[in-house]
Amino acid sequence: MKRFGVGFALVLSLSLILPSLAAPPGAAAAEKTVTIGFTASQTGKLNVEAIRQINGLHLWIEQVNGAGGIKLPDGTVIKFADKFYDDESKKERVQELYTKLINTDKADFLISPYSSGLTDASAVIAQQYNRIMITAGAASDSTYKKGYTLVYQAYTPASRYLTGAVDILEKLDPKSKKIAIIHENDKFATDVVKDLRKYAEEKGYKVVLFEGYDGATADFAPFINKIPADVDAIMGGGHFADTTTLARQIYEKKINTRMIALLVAPPEPKFAELGDACISVIGSSQWEPLAHFTQESAKKEGIAWFGPTGEEFIKAYKAKFKEDPSYHSAGGYVAGMILQDAIQKAGSIDTAKVKEALDAMDSMTFYGRLKFATGPKDHGLQVGHEMVYIQWNKDKQGKFVKQVVWPAAGATASPFVCPAR
Amino acid sequence: MLNQLLSSLTDGLLLGFVYGVAAMGLTLIWGVMSVINLAHGPVIAMGMFGTYLLFTHLGVNPYLAMVPVAGAGLIAGLVIYIIAVHRVINAPHLSSLLATFAVNMIIIGVGTAVFSTSPQNIDYSLGSVEVGFLTFPASRLVGAFGAILVTACLYLFLYFTRPGKAIRAVANNRMAAELMGIPSSRVLALSFGLGTMMAAVAGGLIATFFPFTILSGGPYELKSFVICVLGGLGNPLGALVGGLLLGGLEGLIPTFMPVSWVPVVEFGLFVLVLLVRPSGLFGAK
Repeated sequence: MKRFGVGFALVLSLSLILPSLAAPPGAAAAEKTVTIGFTASQTGKLNVEAIRQINGLHLWIEQVNGAGGIKLPDGTVIKFADKFYDDESKKERVQELYTKLINTDKADFLISPYSSGLTDASAVIAQQYNRIMITAGAASDSTYKKGYTLVYQAYTPASRYLTGAVDILEKLDPKSKKIAIIHENDKFATDVVKDLRKYAEEKGYKVVLFEGYDGATADFAPFINKIPADVDAIMGGGHFADTTTLARQIYEKKINTRMIALLVAPPEPKFAELGDACISVIGSSQWEPLAHFTQESAKKEGIAWFGPTGEEFIKAYKAKFKEDPSYHSAGGYVAGMILQDAIQKAGSIDTAKVKEALDAMDSMTFYGRLKFATGPKDHGLQVGHEMVYIQWNKDKQGKFVKQVVWPAAGATASPFVCPAR
Repeated sequence: MLNQLLSSLTDGLLLGFVYGVAAMGLTLIWGVMSVINLAHGPVIAMGMFGTYLLFTHLGVNPYLAMVPVAGAGLIAGLVIYIIAVHRVINAPHLSSLLATFAVNMIIIGVGTAVFSTSPQNIDYSLGSVEVGFLTFPASRLVGAFGAILVTACLYLFLYFTRPGKAIRAVANNRMAAELMGIPSSRVLALSFGLGTMMAAVAGGLIATFFPFTILSGGPYELKSFVICVLGGLGNPLGALVGGLLLGGLEGLIPTFMPVSWVPVVEFGLFVLVLLVRPSGLFGAK
């Protein structure tokens, strides 16, 4: 019995000593999986943009985990797992699902759904439950002016979304005077056109039509018929489905104008499916594959570079999804990158520390500069990133192609006026 | 201003023909069996998806696709009648209303599961037609011709064929028709089938103009109710005229006020007609 007692004590002692000899201190907490929660409009009217956004996010998760995760100073390796639900592009589903993501699925960090309306509904839940939310596809300024402290915007805000189109018009045709604005009457598009109108009027343009349509509108004839015959530019739109239909019906009605600049849809590669109706349409884009942000340009501006190059992102995205990435794809990817950059800088996944790192962030990525407002009135608003403008044309082989036409410094082609229809 | 007025009116009237076909289906079912068919909207959406599937998967011209879509609509109507409506046909209106509402929910549920609520589009363009200063998509003109053709066929069927006359007889007085040896159950089933067939064809025509989802039938169902009240419930020709009236209004109203006012005026008119002439503008007094 005595011998058994000595043997047992020996085994017990060895079992306690051996692991501590075999592994360095801290290695016990070797790996931690952080859950990223979000809803995605896999169905409903926002599905085109939303699916691209989650594609981008999934690529980021795959790459960061594939590279071994994020190693924190205490030796913990952070890997990411996603948990998401289909919100059916409906606001009423979003709040219920984000609450579930936090309470049931124990999501550590949140990514927003696609669109300003859905994000606005989800941001309040993130703040209420003390979770950091990186928003992608949510440009509306007002969400970031509600006093939230944990919501960070990856996109250029709506107030700066389409104002460049007025500058392009000024350059294209200095004599132009009249602009017609037809817009979706949702939160995002309304925010955009409010500032667009203000900017255009400050520049001396006359807004001859300013009317909103419901997102489910399929027949735009009543709006198009109201456009005066001598209009110089048509601007507005909303999201992919409605804006594509609007562009098609403007073409079918053979409306002659100098310029058409619309929201969200034109930068999507799928917009080319409109055929000739896409020619000359200008769209503002958060990012374009042609946009050239590099480590050198970051160095020149004295900003720290973070993440892959544009070419690396495009190559990886094409290999995984067999399609060209749009700015929605890049937005999803960058939302993940923002989180990665902040966790690395914070050296922790603690909400307060990651928030501190986000507040201090000023990074250059393939997507452009990323910096957030930190004042109490607009905390989380994106202040570093700028829009680029693309225009569709037909190349010599008859293929529809888009070129960056604005800002002039980054342009790959000059803007041109709409051909007579 | 005149240009805008005429352009809007033309667009509205061309669309009005198709509204008329959708409303004819609803009014036929009401006229014959006094059933308010709340599955009308989803059947319109089924017509849209039927045309879409035949076009995208089998490459069938969307206008030729209307023939099998009409056939499928007729069969779907017969099935809906036999399963959901027949047993409650003599019950109070609320029973048949709820029965068709249940069918509405089933179709939308299955449709959402299969097709999701993402917008679909029939990518088939006929170009544009220019008449003077008026420009409109040729598909709307073809749609209007299709609607006239369908109306003419329905009229000929109802007035010059034996089953058509039987439908009119049952609509007029079911008991008397039964006493004359008309099998009313079969006639009622056929009427319901014809009503849903009209809805499916209207859906197919609408799908050639606009993108759609499984939920897109709802607004056309509502318009059909307004048209039925304008044209007189149970009066198929009145439905076509009502459709033109509604389409014309939808064209005219935006000329003078924001487009968002269109439903306000439409439904205001609906209430007004109910107040002043409950049987509809073209209904029996």
